[in-house]
Amino acid sequence: MKSHYSLVVIGAGPAGLSAAVVAAQHGLDVVLLDDQKAPGGQIYRAMESIPAERAKLLGAEYLRGRQLVSALRESNVDYFADCQVWSLNNKLEIGLTQNNKALMLTADRVLLANGALERPVPFPGWTLPGVMNAGAAQILFKSHGIIPEDGVVLAGSGPLLLLLAWQYQHAGVNIKSILDLTPMHNHLRALPHLPRALLAGHYLSKGMAYKKDLKMAGISTLHNVSNLQANGKNLLESVSFQHKGRTETLETELLLIHFGVIPHSQLSQAAGCNHQWDNSQQCWKPQVDKWGNSSIDGIPIAGDSAGIGGARTAEHAGRLAAIQVLFQLNKISQLERKKLAHNDRKWMREERHIRPFLEAFFHIPGKLLREPDDHTIVCRCEEVTAGDIRQAVADGHQDSNQVKFLTRCGMGPCQGRQCAEAVSHIVAAANKDNYPRAIYRGRPPVTPLTLGQLATLYPEEQE
Amino acid sequence: MFKRINQHPEDSVTITINGLPYDVPAGETVAAAILASSNLKFTRTSFISNSPRAPFCLMGVCYECLMVINGQSNQRACQVQVEDGMIVDRQKGTGLLST
Repeated sequence: MKSHYSLVVIGAGPAGLSAAVVAAQHGLDVVLLDDQKAPGGQIYRAMESIPAERAKLLGAEYLRGRQLVSALRESNVDYFADCQVWSLNNKLEIGLTQNNKALMLTADRVLLANGALERPVPFPGWTLPGVMNAGAAQILFKSHGIIPEDGVVLAGSGPLLLLLAWQYQHAGVNIKSILDLTPMHNHLRALPHLPRALLAGHYLSKGMAYKKDLKMAGISTLHNVSNLQANGKNLLESVSFQHKGRTETLETELLLIHFGVIPHSQLSQAAGCNHQWDNSQQCWKPQVDKWGNSSIDGIPIAGDSAGIGGARTAEHAGRLAAIQVLFQLNKISQLERKKLAHNDRKWMREERHIRPFLEAFFHIPGKLLREPDDHTIVCRCEEVTAGDIRQAVADGHQDSNQVKFLTRCGMGPCQGRQCAEAVSHIVAAANKDNYPRAIYRGRPPVTPLTLGQLATLYPEEQE
Repeated sequence: MFKRINQHPEDSVTITINGLPYDVPAGETVAAAILASSNLKFTRTSFISNSPRAPFCLMGVCYECLMVINGQSNQRACQVQVEDGMIVDRQKGTGLLST
């Protein structure tokens, strides 16, 4: 790895892959840093190693990643897997760990393509072994061909839950029940967005086809479910919930949950980029312009880490951000920029048609986000409960960051990835604000780093 | 909880999970191998209350799967690939300090 590159791309999912390749094709020296063992991001995981029969079970969309990954392999991008980027600042200095050694890089431009993570939604019992993210289970399937034993329960709200259920059904998994926590009134909320969504009708028909297949297979789906709770002493034993006015309980060893995805914004936060609350996507996201430029010169952000748009949008957003970098670094003219961007802009416009509908249809109920009961653990690392957070607010600490200082909420090894959004909701509710007003400030190192690793930055001072 | 679609992998390695040997497919992550092969129902206990915890996100962001791998504590089992002879232990609380 060199110590300086024209362009450093962080994240090898659809946005990072397409950005790195187009930038290298136009003569930039590009390094692509990724924390996984192989390129593809979460969506196109295990693309190069997956057996054909398993890839088929994942559906046609998944295979789209093949061309992105092979374009990387054919390019002269410097690609490094297994890298942890733990720091980025507004001077475009990057700190990372590779093979247990820390390194510093500098760049003319740093493109963030960190992707998304599943929205953590605290509910009673969600820390019990046996409760796992649906996306986690899908990773086991994609990367390793591992599927649940009989009797798994899926719960939550969002397209991934439906997709995973469909993939499982095709793989022969015996699903005990799907608990759909999407409130019925979301249908009304989404209705005004339906005409525009019809312009991207293939998404709607795909969703309908999945639902139909699941129904044909006789898989029980309960709609309009609420008050989800995982029960068990040391391990998950059962799931209880409200359905049609009654409390019901299902015995299960495995509960897979999903509440949509949110941008993974740890690095853009740490770098000091401006972030804002997006009420439609119900998440914090960095401010970016139509080229992906953030509030900090030289740090564009593309793909889901700039706001949730899905894999196809990420691919085009990544290219657009790279095209803008090429223009800024005088590799292409304004006219060439326009020509190169034309196709991607067109795709992005078409892809946008479906989003307002999806965001309204899968809007997570405010009660679930804002009002977990007092005993529910919110910070999984430091075991801070919703009650502790409300108490801190009642004691006069009215901002997420003050709550963090007081309670250690968000100070564990995950560095607030699993609680930042939830805390901002709970604090907002306690302050009677309609929307979250602040989220934790991010600070490097954004992933744990040992002193031993850090010390390798200065080898000349070693014995 | 979990099982493998293909029960007979081509390449396998032997790892020790909490003192017991397991043959697991080469290329798997430690977390995947534990979930599919072992009876280890939880992989660490929490820092504050010592409650059992297990892998949650499998993509490296939740830090729930911290384990002691080859004597090094606080390793994310979902990010580490299995290697022949690897020794994996459940982590108690914050884990022992190691060099």
